[in-house]
Amino acid sequence: MPHDDPDHPHALLPPEPALRVKALETILTRKGLIDPAALDEITDTYQNRIGPQNGADVVARAWSDPGFRTALLRDADAVVTDLGYYGRQGEHIVVVENTPDIHNMVVCTLCSCYPWPLLGIPPAWYKSDAYRARAVREPRKVLADFGVTLPAATAVRVWDSTAEIRYLVLPMRPEGSEGMDVAQLARLVTRDSMIGTGLPGLAP
Amino acid sequence: MTRVHDMGGRFGDGPVIPEPQGIPSLNDDWQARALAITLAAGSLGQWNIDMSRHARECLSPRDYARFSYFEKWIAALADLLVQTGVLTLEDLRDATDRDHPLADRKLTRDRVAAVLAKGGPADRPCDIAPRFQVGQAVRALRPAANRLVPGGHTRLPDYAAGACGHIHRLHGAHVLPDSNAHQLGEAPEPLYAVRFAADQLWVAPEHPGDEVILDLWQSYLVPL
Repeated sequence: MPHDDPDHPHALLPPEPALRVKALETILTRKGLIDPAALDEITDTYQNRIGPQNGADVVARAWSDPGFRTALLRDADAVVTDLGYYGRQGEHIVVVENTPDIHNMVVCTLCSCYPWPLLGIPPAWYKSDAYRARAVREPRKVLADFGVTLPAATAVRVWDSTAEIRYLVLPMRPEGSEGMDVAQLARLVTRDSMIGTGLPGLAP
Repeated sequence: MTRVHDMGGRFGDGPVIPEPQGIPSLNDDWQARALAITLAAGSLGQWNIDMSRHARECLSPRDYARFSYFEKWIAALADLLVQTGVLTLEDLRDATDRDHPLADRKLTRDRVAAVLAKGGPADRPCDIAPRFQVGQAVRALRPAANRLVPGGHTRLPDYAAGACGHIHRLHGAHVLPDSNAHQLGEAPEPLYAVRFAADQLWVAPEHPGDEVILDLWQSYLVPL
């Protein structure tokens, strides 16, 4: 393994990732700066409680209730706050709606900004160099990696999350979902369909 | 002019590999721990989000390229702890059992839910009037660079530098990362979603109707 850049303090920690993390946790714990029980709580929150089911709930409600949809597209912050989905990395939410003419897709080319309170922790592909590099230049080839092909008449609009605005895609309601209630609709809403790399009802 | 993290539009990275829907599993315990330690240390209040992003960007290009996502986080966290004086280099070599002056700010288990729910909004009151109207033609500055600190943090990606687009939406006034990342003040100013036709950005766009929208601060833009 190559050595870390010696000009950076982190090079003083063990290079192997698990040992490096453990070393820093130990140092901070011994100095009274972090509480291991709080770390467990953070992990539990993002592994078991906050995830794409939150965003799916928002999408299903928008499909079911035209008034909700209108309010969501106008001022998503107020709507998601009412539902209890406001929080870290979701302070400024903008919802963008797919139509037959425009398909929206979200990326963060500069880091990996993502609407955590609505979608949870990002999948590895969202954080990958390949997605960050390619989504803006060749979104249709990226969609093909997900098995998604758009009609020729549909334009792709890629949102590069360069500020603290977090974008959530409102996919088009699938045909055949008439008569479903919010809970049933929410089960059609995949995480990827709310990032714009998938379509609802389909899983890669 | 920018750094290794600024990779939008780059060629050569290969396929994107999809994964199952739902909550991604942090399979390795160290990844979950790296996430939790970073959030807990952030709540000590010794840096802002722009400083933490810049710390990750300041990893050497070699480290940035070979580190996985949470390896970047933990390396940048160690660097940031030293940069802000929370820890010393000696602490990283051999920490002692002694409570730190910031220990009373330690994030405790009972406060985790409230801290995560509270977040850190970036909109601010601002005296700078919006210079552009929705629909107005603008050009992004070129080169993409921090104009306050050479080599400093900016959120103008290189691929959009010099490109012409149109104001799509005004987001209000937000903290300017180019200033805030270097502890030069929050310097809020109007923030816009700016819409660029793909053929303004790429030599061979995939489709004539495709667009890329970026959130850009007023000082990143000039009128056309």
